[in-house]
Amino acid sequence: MNQSRPIHLAVDGLRCAGCVNTVETALRALPGVTAASVNFADRSAMVSGTVEPAALIAAVAKAGYQAREAIDETDDGGQQAAAEQAHYRTLLHKSWFALGVAALALAVGFPAMLGGTMPHWLMQWGSPALALLTLAVMLYSGPQFFVGAWKSLRNHNATMDTLIAVGLGAAWGYSVAVTSAPQWFPAGTAEPFWDVIAVVTGLVVLGQALEMRARGRTSEAVKRLIGLKPKTARVVRDGQEIDVALAEVHVDDILRVRPGEKIAVDGVIIDGHSSIDESMLTGEPMPLEKTVGDEVAGGTINKSGSFLFRATRVGRDTALSRIVDMVKQAQGAKPAIGRLADVIAAYFVPTVLIIAVVAFVVWFDFGPAPRLNFAMVAAVAVLVIACPCALGLATPMSVMVGVGKAAEHGILIRNGDALQQAGKLTAVVLDKTGTVTQGRPAVTAVVTVPGWEENAVLKLAASLETGSEHPLAEAVIDAARSRALELAPAEGFQAVAGHGVHGSVEGRHVRLGNYKFMQDHGIDCEALQARAEQLAQQAETPMFLAVDGKFAGIVAVADPVKPDSQAAIDKLKSLGLKVVMLTGDNTATANAVAAGVGIAEVFAEVLPQDKDRKVAELMARGEIVGMVGDGINDAPALARADVGFAIGTGTDVAIESADITLMSGSLHGVANAIAISRATVRNIKQNLFGAFIYNSLGIPIAAGLLYPLFGMLLNPMIAGAAMAMSSVTVVSNAGRLRWFRP
Amino acid sequence: MSELIVTIAGILAIMLIARWFWFSAPQATRAESRQPIDILVQDGAYLPAAIEVPAGQAVTLRFTRRDATPCAEKVLFGDLGVSADLPLGKPQTVSLGPLPAGTHEFTCQMGMYRGRLIASP
Repeated sequence: MNQSRPIHLAVDGLRCAGCVNTVETALRALPGVTAASVNFADRSAMVSGTVEPAALIAAVAKAGYQAREAIDETDDGGQQAAAEQAHYRTLLHKSWFALGVAALALAVGFPAMLGGTMPHWLMQWGSPALALLTLAVMLYSGPQFFVGAWKSLRNHNATMDTLIAVGLGAAWGYSVAVTSAPQWFPAGTAEPFWDVIAVVTGLVVLGQALEMRARGRTSEAVKRLIGLKPKTARVVRDGQEIDVALAEVHVDDILRVRPGEKIAVDGVIIDGHSSIDESMLTGEPMPLEKTVGDEVAGGTINKSGSFLFRATRVGRDTALSRIVDMVKQAQGAKPAIGRLADVIAAYFVPTVLIIAVVAFVVWFDFGPAPRLNFAMVAAVAVLVIACPCALGLATPMSVMVGVGKAAEHGILIRNGDALQQAGKLTAVVLDKTGTVTQGRPAVTAVVTVPGWEENAVLKLAASLETGSEHPLAEAVIDAARSRALELAPAEGFQAVAGHGVHGSVEGRHVRLGNYKFMQDHGIDCEALQARAEQLAQQAETPMFLAVDGKFAGIVAVADPVKPDSQAAIDKLKSLGLKVVMLTGDNTATANAVAAGVGIAEVFAEVLPQDKDRKVAELMARGEIVGMVGDGINDAPALARADVGFAIGTGTDVAIESADITLMSGSLHGVANAIAISRATVRNIKQNLFGAFIYNSLGIPIAAGLLYPLFGMLLNPMIAGAAMAMSSVTVVSNAGRLRWFRP
Repeated sequence: MSELIVTIAGILAIMLIARWFWFSAPQATRAESRQPIDILVQDGAYLPAAIEVPAGQAVTLRFTRRDATPCAEKVLFGDLGVSADLPLGKPQTVSLGPLPAGTHEFTCQMGMYRGRLIASP
């Protein structure tokens, strides 16, 4: 190896800090190694130098530990897929062998079934040969059932393996007994079950293989997200652009991105501009124009220009990594609907074992001749038809696909309960600013009382606002700057939440805020009252300015409605939801905005601290409420609501703050999240219903409940086939969700 | 006579099943003070399946999955709201933070593989 690059090793056997020293010393002693450090926490070693990994692994082994080259995180999916593919092939081979033996066993029994006679040699050697062949089936195709059953038994656990192992074991033991000592059994009962053993093993293993194949597809969404990470990045070091592995990119590194390339990590553009396709993270199809100072996210694609950016988040901290973690976490969570199935699953297998014993005893004590044979058939059929897997899989499979589907649309669902609740919502509360509107207000008019100049009013307002973090403040400052007004420093600045701000500018006391703020301080705004109302009716927010206790004028600010808000609100209404708007803005402005987008119910002039109370009021009226806000001042309301939706824009989204995070700024995400949630819950219900019905009908039928009525007893081979197909059906039904279009 | 023997054997078998699976639990393995605590996922079970840990102290578990069945691909700590993917053959660390006293069950996604963390004060 000529090039120097760090090699990442996974080291097993490290027990203490002393071991760390031993391994580090062993590695550093190798010629060509320039640096070696061992991390005890994650049992890994990072080695730099010009040395082959094999030599490093040998050195670690010589020191008494085991090492292997660590696979890069981005390769995880591939390695996992290869392991799964190998397992799938093994399962298929096992299944074919068992089914081959099954065909032979059926062929041997066929003449007898048709009432013919078997050749003498076949009668003499057929059964012993099948005894050995079915033993081979159990040892080659089905040892996992027996090992699994034994291990769980020792832990006082019972799984599907327990049922299959007991069923197969009993059938084989019985068959061997009737073959070797038929004289001990009543006439007519000495029928072996060779075909049953081979067919059941073959079909159950085949079912597992098919299930595995179908399951692989249910987690495609996460695999696709992981696949977004590029493997290398182009870093500028010492004036040179060099390609390095993703793991070697550090915070504050400068990276170059060319047109058509993936952005490696999160960062801020420092030179150049481009349009960037963030659809993979936000679901937003249109590329965004970005320039110096804008944030870019790892995994997104640079469409047109070339630019330089400074890395701000790398490795596990990037937005993409956090999304992958969150989606994986949510996929493992279970909504309340699935918990009943969990409780049942825990008691299921022992109950089935008991039912099998009861079936055996009842058939033996009260059944028709040949009693023993019927008793065995019923007990084995009960054991192999029962499918705890279908029950256990019903919820997690659908959640996995549903959460993944949502992620594809830029919707991050935090947990299973949020997924379930979102579908039940009856009302959605939308925060106005930044949710219904763009959240980037601009000054639309400055109106003054006689004696005041527009620019003087705007200058005082903007000077005062320099201390404020309110979104409207930015609009006022921008307007002043665009008129090239020189701003003066504000002293004694104070903000009164939901009312306004005040302070001193150039020695004069300035007060800027809503009408109520003026009223509370006895300032008469009558002169422009009509104009203020007119502005408000045009969905513009009038801000009143008073200087030294005297009203001076109005600065009107408007926040344009997002282009797709109307369509999204219509969609929410078509889903049967009541849509309510909540805002701190004055009633007239709020009503004007609401009317523009078709919202009938408005809570206006609500102070930030009262937003959650409004949500609680709605909940008290029996509504199941979803709150949609930008996650900053809406946090208490988001937390109070049954489901909180944080609406973010792209990368700077507050991923951690809500039950559901919408990566794109569009309200369509809310409707999509609700539609996906409903589809997922519907899918879970279908699965649970299917699994419950299957087991609650299948088990009694297998036990022979239909025999007294119709003289029908289920062949254990049919039972095995049904069991094999039931979990495949559940997984395939969950897989249907992948085609759902919200 | 044979009916009586089969009936009695059946009743005994039922009692044995109920007692073994529902009314007795595996012996807890006291966790060593060293963390992470290694848990092997193999042949349809967590080994060890019952672990005693001190309550109120952060617990880190390290799962190594040798069981290729997809059932084993996730581990869930239902009451703690934690879940983790278990890649095949690659140790996966799960940090749980300080545990409240009591029994915290961990299971596979289907609730078939079961293990318990017993946090005692």
